[in-house]
Amino acid sequence: MDRKVQRARAAFRSGRSRPLQFRLQQLEALRRMVQERERDILQAIGADLCKSEFNAYSQEVISILGEIDHVLEKLPKWVTPKPAEKNLLTMLDEAYVHSEPLGVVLIIGAWNYPFVLTIQPLIGAIAAGNAVIIKPSEVSENTAKIVSKLLPQYLDQDLYVVINGGVKETTELLRQRFDHILYTGNTAVGKIVMEAAAKHLTPVTLELGGKSPCYIDKDCDLDIACRRITWGKYMNCGQTCIAPDYILCEPSLQSQIVQKIKETVKEFYGENVKESPDYERIINLHHFKRIINLLEGQKIAYGGETDEATCYIAPTILTDVDPEAKVMQEEIFGPILPVVPVKNADEAIKFINDHEKPLAFYIFSHNNKLIRRMIDETSSGGVTGNDVIMHFTLSSLPFGGVGSSGIGAYHGKHSFDTFSHQRSCLLKSLKREGINKLRYPPNSQSKVDWAKFLILKRFNKGKLCLLMLTVLGIVAAVLVKAGYY
Amino acid sequence: MDPFADTLQRLREAFRSGQTQAADFRAMQLKGLGRFLRENKQLLQDALAQDLHKSAFESEVSEIRISQGEVNLALKNLRAWMKDEKVPRNLATQLDSAFIRKEPFGLVLIIVPWNYPLNLTLVPLVGALAAGNCVVLKPSEISKNMEKVLAEVLPRYLDQSCFAVVLGGPEETQQLLENKFDYIFFTGSPRVGKIIMAAAAKHLTPVTLELGGKNPCYVDDDCDPQTVANRVVWFRCFNTGQTCVAPDYVLCSRETQERLLPTMQSAITRFYGEDPKSSPDLGRIIGEKQFRRLQGLLGCGHVAIGGQSDESERYIAPTVLVDVQETEPVMQEEIFGPILPIVNVRSLDEAVDFITRREKPLALYAFSNNSQVIKRVLTGTSSGGFCGNDGFMHMTLTTLPFGGVGASGMGRYHGKFSFDTFSHHRACLLRAPGMEKIYAIRYPPYSPRNQRLLLAAMETRSCSCTLL
Repeated sequence: MDRKVQRARAAFRSGRSRPLQFRLQQLEALRRMVQERERDILQAIGADLCKSEFNAYSQEVISILGEIDHVLEKLPKWVTPKPAEKNLLTMLDEAYVHSEPLGVVLIIGAWNYPFVLTIQPLIGAIAAGNAVIIKPSEVSENTAKIVSKLLPQYLDQDLYVVINGGVKETTELLRQRFDHILYTGNTAVGKIVMEAAAKHLTPVTLELGGKSPCYIDKDCDLDIACRRITWGKYMNCGQTCIAPDYILCEPSLQSQIVQKIKETVKEFYGENVKESPDYERIINLHHFKRIINLLEGQKIAYGGETDEATCYIAPTILTDVDPEAKVMQEEIFGPILPVVPVKNADEAIKFINDHEKPLAFYIFSHNNKLIRRMIDETSSGGVTGNDVIMHFTLSSLPFGGVGSSGIGAYHGKHSFDTFSHQRSCLLKSLKREGINKLRYPPNSQSKVDWAKFLILKRFNKGKLCLLMLTVLGIVAAVLVKAGYY
Repeated sequence: MDPFADTLQRLREAFRSGQTQAADFRAMQLKGLGRFLRENKQLLQDALAQDLHKSAFESEVSEIRISQGEVNLALKNLRAWMKDEKVPRNLATQLDSAFIRKEPFGLVLIIVPWNYPLNLTLVPLVGALAAGNCVVLKPSEISKNMEKVLAEVLPRYLDQSCFAVVLGGPEETQQLLENKFDYIFFTGSPRVGKIIMAAAAKHLTPVTLELGGKNPCYVDDDCDPQTVANRVVWFRCFNTGQTCVAPDYVLCSRETQERLLPTMQSAITRFYGEDPKSSPDLGRIIGEKQFRRLQGLLGCGHVAIGGQSDESERYIAPTVLVDVQETEPVMQEEIFGPILPIVNVRSLDEAVDFITRREKPLALYAFSNNSQVIKRVLTGTSSGGFCGNDGFMHMTLTTLPFGGVGASGMGRYHGKFSFDTFSHHRACLLRAPGMEKIYAIRYPPYSPRNQRLLLAAMETRSCSCTLL
């Protein structure tokens, strides 16, 4: 393992991951991999999560293709240095910010969307010119295997390396030094990753989770709200970091909500959900047991059927849920939707703020003022108003958490920025030393006044300014020569 | 018993109440900072003189004026910075409202070092307050006089329900760090930076660490030695070398070294006189411990210029060392004093190799008349920031982000970058009503027809269009 990381570092040091052409080529190769081996990839994902090929395609593969295309189009612009507005003192100099690769980046994937959560960060890391170590989740073992088999067939084998393994191997890997670590997973492990990173002063991006609240206002299109919530909640059998975890609404809405979601579930998955090819399963027995444990003592308004042999849990709704209940103490990550009654929006806001900042916040209402107020008075990684999940799909929005739901963000250009160092560059000339005499000792008050003026005034390029500077420069040089300073 | 619990609770409650959200409140805090600087100029200059023997010029230019500039910049741009940032939309979100909302994190901890105790307090503080956070400030106990001013005078200018100063040394800081903060901003050494980040990890607190390292200064054969000497000496001796971005050591050929030595001596004499010890423009080392460390470094290599020291005043003469070995202490630790070692290299490639073998520094300097040489150093290395043909001038531009990379730090600030650093960038997508028939494409049950429709929708626009 040590050797693989060292080889990646040596490959990075050779400089070949830096040129724009190389990065574009690798991204194009990645795209070819996804297109040519689509079948294999979809089958792997399907095997891990009991997911239909269509779902695997629309939930994972499409995102990747879209992201690669977006990056291929924009990367030439992103790598161009960004000029910075100058002040009078630096008027004639070149000032810009240049994005540089960090070095060797570690990406630790998760099992719930095993392909996209490993490959989407990889796209950003490659685009930024880094070498990358990829550690897919061992829980989604088929996807881990296929990623590990395919990447070396299409990408540079020394620069982009897949390392597989469980907790032991990951702990070992974290002892190595990286230049950035992006981890997707849970809060507890997030802390371990950050602690390990601290030993090497490695910056981290932690995509964690939490309980994403969904507030349903009485003034909203309840039909649509329930359809969308059903879609987002039961997708991937609830195993989505930004799934609406629980609902907050006035007590009078509960029975309607249950009814409408029930109808939508039938529409989406048929009378016998277990037989729908579009409904997934819980990843493994451990999580299956964890989730059904949460049902203990709860009022099941709909669903509740389970089948241990296949890790099947039916789409379930709980009503009149007590905030102290077990199901409200941890991220559910399963197809159980608790409804917690609250008196009004104010109480909902207080409830949300009394808990850890979530990864996502959802609100359904016709009242735009209310939506704005609820956003103003709460915090979360991201927000979608009148829908769920969707803010994830727009790559111009940074995707990440806050507080215990995470640190940093990525997607689109945000990935590129995350995996780059933005280096400030100021290029001056050795000429015009005369004007510098103003700053050298021995000092005086008038020197201070000049310095104040030159540092604090800001200008952009312009002939008038250039003229002004030249005049000032001459005046200053003359005064210095004449011994005033 | 946690001595800080009550203070932190008070600040948290103030933040929860929402009082720091309004632009007017934040502007009021910033104006308070402005008044603090204007009304206490003499007091601040005296404190800096007492702590660091800092001249009025240096205090004005590197502490007071910079701080004032940041306050003014924030006041001028506050509302613009606070505005929601609209983002480009894709086909699926064409009619929606998509923007990034800048939100305060909550309770911010700012830990300040002793070398620029006013600047390194105020500049981050401006960003944290402008972004709407409540702030706990932990000034350095080593710059005692400034610590006193910050603890006793500064709070009077701010709303104290949202701002507190806590005092103490390493032990108290350790205890403070056991509490949860929503952001930690630390300026100091890499060694302590690791401790801070490890403590932050326990609460998943995001951090900005402004650390340090050895900032290389490459001097090409093709240059004007006197100009280079002026610039390098000045930036090395500014604040008696106690600057995180000061040129730490010079890399040049033997020939250039021979040309530089007399010009460096000339610069030192012009700046500080024949007897630098009596120059009011040369500062002193902050404390006994640091002085003794620097005194020890004077024994490395050979003293070509200077080399004098006086313990009673904590005075170290502007010194240039030659014939230093890489293994000697002066090339192993960040110098942080007015001592400049020169290391000889035989070529530009050797210099770049020397630099890249070591930790990424906070700043990197290259001097040459040949812009190709400058570009070569720039592209062959990495560092927090870079300046060609001068010292840390890049810091005076608030439009350039200031921060390190690798062992020299993570994160950045100054100007708008401060505001962005102390804000959580919250992705917001507010969907337009209607359109449900179109979105129905994403719902099960799935059929080949759905897939075809979905792909067709994808192809009409080549943009990141997912989960329609």
